[in-house]
Amino acid sequence: MKIPFLQRGPGKPAKMINASLLRASFERRAVLIGAVQGGVGVLLALRLGYLSVAENEKYRLESESNRVNLTLIPPRRGWILDRDGAPLASNRADFRVDLIPERLVDADATIDRLGELLSLEPARIADIKDKVNTSRGFQPVEVASGLAYEDFAALSVRLPEFPGVVPQRGFSRLYPTASSVGHLIGYVGPASAEEYEKDPNPLLITPGYKIGKDGLEKQFEKELRGVPGARRVEVTAGGRIVRDLETREDVQGAPIKLTIDGPLQDYAARRIGLESGSVVVMDCRTGDLLCMASMPSFDPNSFSDGIGGVEYAMLRDDERVPLRNKVLKGLYPPGSTVKPMVSMALMQAGIDPEETVNCGGGLRVGNRVFGCWNRRGHGATNMAKAIYQSCDVYFYSMAQRIGMQPIADMARRCGMGQEFPLPVTSQFFGTVPDPAWKMKKWGREWQTFDTVNATIGQGYMLSSPLQLAVMASRLATGKHVMPRLTLDTRPQGFDKADFSTEQVSYVRKAMSDVVNGPGTAGRARLPIENTLMAGKTGTAQVVSLSISNGKSGPWKYRDHGLFIFFAPYDNPRYAGAVVIEHGGGSGAAYPIARDVMTFLFDPAKGLEALAALEAGWGGTAQQRLEARYAAYAAERGASVSRPPRRDEEILDRVDAEARRAATQTDAIAGEVIAPRPEANPSGTPPGAPAAPAASPSPAPASPAPPAETAR
Amino acid sequence: MSTLTQRTGIIPEPIARQPWEMLIPLVLLTSFGGLVLYSAGGGAMEPFALSHFIRFAVFAVMTAIIASLPRDAVDLLTYPAYLVVLLLLLAVEIVGQVGGGSQRWLEFGPIRIQPSELMKPAVVLAMARFYSSLPSGMIGSWRSVLPSGMLIVLPIGLVLLQPDLGTSVAIAFGGVVVMFLAGLPLWWFLTAGGLGIAAMPLIYFFALHDYQRARVTTFLDPESDPLGAGYHIAQSKIAIGSGGIFGKGFNNGTQSHLDYLPEPHTDFVFATMAEEWGLMGGLFVLAMYALILKWGWKVAAEAQDRFSALLAAGATATIFFYIAINLLMVMGMAPAKGIPLPWMSHGGSSMMTNMICIGLLMMVNRWNRMAPRRGLAA
Repeated sequence: MKIPFLQRGPGKPAKMINASLLRASFERRAVLIGAVQGGVGVLLALRLGYLSVAENEKYRLESESNRVNLTLIPPRRGWILDRDGAPLASNRADFRVDLIPERLVDADATIDRLGELLSLEPARIADIKDKVNTSRGFQPVEVASGLAYEDFAALSVRLPEFPGVVPQRGFSRLYPTASSVGHLIGYVGPASAEEYEKDPNPLLITPGYKIGKDGLEKQFEKELRGVPGARRVEVTAGGRIVRDLETREDVQGAPIKLTIDGPLQDYAARRIGLESGSVVVMDCRTGDLLCMASMPSFDPNSFSDGIGGVEYAMLRDDERVPLRNKVLKGLYPPGSTVKPMVSMALMQAGIDPEETVNCGGGLRVGNRVFGCWNRRGHGATNMAKAIYQSCDVYFYSMAQRIGMQPIADMARRCGMGQEFPLPVTSQFFGTVPDPAWKMKKWGREWQTFDTVNATIGQGYMLSSPLQLAVMASRLATGKHVMPRLTLDTRPQGFDKADFSTEQVSYVRKAMSDVVNGPGTAGRARLPIENTLMAGKTGTAQVVSLSISNGKSGPWKYRDHGLFIFFAPYDNPRYAGAVVIEHGGGSGAAYPIARDVMTFLFDPAKGLEALAALEAGWGGTAQQRLEARYAAYAAERGASVSRPPRRDEEILDRVDAEARRAATQTDAIAGEVIAPRPEANPSGTPPGAPAAPAASPSPAPASPAPPAETAR
Repeated sequence: MSTLTQRTGIIPEPIARQPWEMLIPLVLLTSFGGLVLYSAGGGAMEPFALSHFIRFAVFAVMTAIIASLPRDAVDLLTYPAYLVVLLLLLAVEIVGQVGGGSQRWLEFGPIRIQPSELMKPAVVLAMARFYSSLPSGMIGSWRSVLPSGMLIVLPIGLVLLQPDLGTSVAIAFGGVVVMFLAGLPLWWFLTAGGLGIAAMPLIYFFALHDYQRARVTTFLDPESDPLGAGYHIAQSKIAIGSGGIFGKGFNNGTQSHLDYLPEPHTDFVFATMAEEWGLMGGLFVLAMYALILKWGWKVAAEAQDRFSALLAAGATATIFFYIAINLLMVMGMAPAKGIPLPWMSHGGSSMMTNMICIGLLMMVNRWNRMAPRRGLAA
């Protein structure tokens, strides 16, 4: 304004700009800007009101959820108890460390430093890295549990250096008898991604929380789980806990009371020793399963910490399949153990037990000759002698008379081919062959020699140790005993009699003579006064004679050894079955049955026998497993392939292998079986003459009484 | 303003003539800001509240000095002051280049100066000076826009190099408001605005840095990145919204005290306040700002000459820009950018800028009082 613009003449157009025009324009525009500013002010006030009044509820919630961190307190898992209330699976307080993969900054470096800090083995570190790489980001990966307090404290102090690492106090599963209960109880492990998708419960991805993966742990997951507690804490954005607001305690899962007798289970598992096999013992007055031991086994304590690569490789490479629960998923030709059952079928078909068959060491069926295990023959043989001497010719002959159907029906009635209402993840049925079954499965007519093979428990016949034990208790009691595994179920089947009293006492006596009389298992006699055990031996051929003689050679071609038993014979209290895979004959099975029953009636005596044996074997089953692991890890530790990512894959693989193994004997089902010499009372190995002949040629019709049976 | 003087004769004239209608809200606001900073500091004077008060006191002295400057001195010093600040900006750029990596300040012993802040009032001063000396007849010609355009573009260019988009926009805003009030043809602004809108996509894709682009994207869709760039604004809205009508109470804000709210003492101080004082506190703050700005416009309207009028309006607009952008940002209506809230946020640079603006306004106010308004034809 200092510079006058008067030089602009007054004659200029009216549009000419001058100071007063500018001043007016300034004032107009200032009002405009002021109005805009006022408008912004009003907008801000409205927005403020909207946020703090209309949206207040929403933002207050969000602020609370920022401030308050709800941590789940994983519920303590229910205990699994034996029949006397002693724990087979319990919990122990524990310091543990987990990783949350998605929160890790530099996974490998963190794991290496953790490994150093906690002094982990290289194999373990490799396993953790592998798991972190393959797991979904939110799934916690266990680094270590059972830490010493010093290690735990050292790590907790340095936590800011380790994002994604979660040290905590918690509980871990403890199986006091370790591998003895591995197959029965199963184990626990972190939920897999699939399990979390099926049940998107935040508890499942809580670090350190584990669910049942196999066996009873899986079966009773719902009961054992309990109710998680919760802790509300005020946290900063950085995650630092400012204070506790409120804590709700967890509710421990319900205990599961089993019918299992813990000490007996452990004893039986250990008594199996170096063999591969199973022992089932039932209380035949209630159907209680007292023992379901399957060995060799895995250590569920170590499985619950995560199945390590080395450990898995060792168990997988073992031809004795430590991952298979042989009680439920081992299928074996029952061999001669079916003879008492077949005898029942014969009696019910009207055969007089006193009727004799002359055993000349073999019997011609069609154009083939089926030998008796005793090539010299048993001479005149009635039913009792056929049982205690295990005479094959008697059964060949009698079974042909009544045909296969009554025998198959009786086998099913005794439990073979049956599934029992037990809380187990799966049980194999086995096979009770009959004409309809053969036609359906193989498309071929039933032949007489099929009947002959089936009557001595060979051919297509397959059953599990559990089924054999049930058969033993049904034969012993004459009742339709149903097995049970938990104390809260009712005993079943005792109102249903399968056999008449006379038939039962006849078979009981004959089976007692197997052990206590002139039978095939004299060494099975209990070292206890006035307690007599009854039983029946069985030796099952698994491959053709042209491959192996069943006694020596490769382990997997040796005969299975079987024994069913009950005691006391005249008033049965306990019944059961022992099956030793490829034990080379029933001689491998009945000493175990004898010691297990001895332990039941007189624990001290049983333990004495076991202690002597274990001294020779190199420790208890668990000690041997650990020693083997150490040796294996030292030898192969660096070169193992990694275990399947999911535990389910392991279990499926084990099942598939068990099914495949059960078909091993299909190959010889149609062959003439040359029955193996049954174990002998004197305890000496079967003599050369008694060994099966190399070819199933017509047996010498020698009527001489079997020398080995004299006692 | 002189009403106070007339009504209360007992108050000494030098005190009574002060612009209390602005000073009282200003002091209330600053004190309230100190209270909020006390809470943001975890319920203690240190580290925020005490220095806030000390700065206010120091800058108040500076404000008084500015307010007492005579008109001639201002006329004389305006361009040199602008030039000095421009050189300082250049120095920032050079020091940044030499030191490797960008920076926004210069250090003189213990004092750290952010020249881009000083540039905001400097641009307003220079523009007002330019238009006041421009012959009225030239308004509307290229000569009315090219030199002043240079006055704006030079510092903006330097500040953009730092890079600091928020301050550049603030400088441009002050300059453009002065241009607008200087009477440049309206259609220029409309055309420029239209072109600006049309150029937005180009700027977005070619001129912005990644982090700036992230801010814009987050602003347009806050849910797109709740833990990244959108986290700040989301937490700020939670803080404000959860405060409700009366707030959670002094020192009881969880968002700020538990570190969910980022920068609870600087950019997001309003959210810190609203969480603890609620809608009532927010309205109080808005009312105080309204009073201060209203006084600013009154000073501009009462200005005796073109220079004072443009200067007062530009200073008011600069203060307004701070307030508006910051509040729009904390309430989720503008992209997050580093613009603090005047007299409430902790931080010396913005306090200095705003106090300079207040000083300039008080200065103009004093001139207004000394020389009665001239007639239109003067």
